[in-house]
Amino acid sequence: MNYTEDQIQRYSRHIILQDVGVEGQEKINNGKVLIVGAGGLGAPVALYLAAAGVGTIGIIDGDVVDLSNLQRQVIHFTPDVNKAKVLSAKEKINQLNPDVKVVTYYDLLTSSNALDIIKDYDFVVDGTDNFPVKFLINDACVQAGKPFSHGGILRFEGQTITVLPGTACYRCVFHAPPPPNAVPTCSQAGVLGAIAGMLGTIQAAEVLKYLTGVGDLLTNRLLTFNAKTMEFRTIKVKHNHRCAVCGDHPTITELIDYEQAVCEIKNQA
Amino acid sequence: MSKIRVNGKEQEVEVPILLIDLIKKNDVAQPEMVSVQINGEFVDRGDFNSTLVNDNDEVDFLYFMGGGSQKSLPSPSKEGVNETSNLSINK
Repeated sequence: MNYTEDQIQRYSRHIILQDVGVEGQEKINNGKVLIVGAGGLGAPVALYLAAAGVGTIGIIDGDVVDLSNLQRQVIHFTPDVNKAKVLSAKEKINQLNPDVKVVTYYDLLTSSNALDIIKDYDFVVDGTDNFPVKFLINDACVQAGKPFSHGGILRFEGQTITVLPGTACYRCVFHAPPPPNAVPTCSQAGVLGAIAGMLGTIQAAEVLKYLTGVGDLLTNRLLTFNAKTMEFRTIKVKHNHRCAVCGDHPTITELIDYEQAVCEIKNQA
Repeated sequence: MSKIRVNGKEQEVEVPILLIDLIKKNDVAQPEMVSVQINGEFVDRGDFNSTLVNDNDEVDFLYFMGGGSQKSLPSPSKEGVNETSNLSINK
């Protein structure tokens, strides 16, 4: 890649970083990352990846900006209320860094489009708040051999794990989605806004580490934190040989659209 | 009394203790929703009632956590989207 003077200046803090350098920055500029959900997690992920110069950022979200989103979804501003989140996010990314190509999907990720969408990307970031899509992302990425980052937040807590082909997957740890409404979502139980930034920036750092090949990814380790105590913990998790999607005898060979929580179905009416 | 570690913190309990009793003792809100590892090995939810926790065991309770973006169906009438999306997937 031939950098202009402006680009050298823009990326200078990466370029002077010993483990990254021009070579690492080129890898970032050539990277293609899909962000599923332009919400609390997707917002900081998109902003930091855009700032870093990730070459192509895909964003899929079928929702519009709501006033209640602005407490934590920092890529959307007050005038964006009622605008499609993918459009709002694309506008901010374009302003932040014109080097980034943004591909928007104003849609939901489903069993019928998931594999077709993720095939174009090097890495997938789960920024959704519902378990059916979290499991869908996991299964699709495992089947397609795509690395991805799982992220979850609730109230004052967050959790994240990076999954590469062969490492412990989300389903290895959590088996199957909880029944609809069994586990509260952020919209039901609340979340401290800054938690989304804490967790999302960890996910963004994992993406940049993956693209540049720097450091040790958060694989086979579930990172959890509680902002009330500011205690962080990584729990070692192993690839589960009985896992239904990546175990020795997988029973899940096709993608599944699990039932959603009742309140979410109501919202769709 | 013996020492075990639950989510990284020492706990004093009478061992052996049934996993389901340890779950209750730790006020796990929805036992049917928690994933449990003992010494790094997952325990099937169906075995919570029959699995014993012993001296020096390390037990991890892992909870479901949702996240960032609320999900709802796209509404086709939203302004500006069709003109500016450079790609949209038809279902």
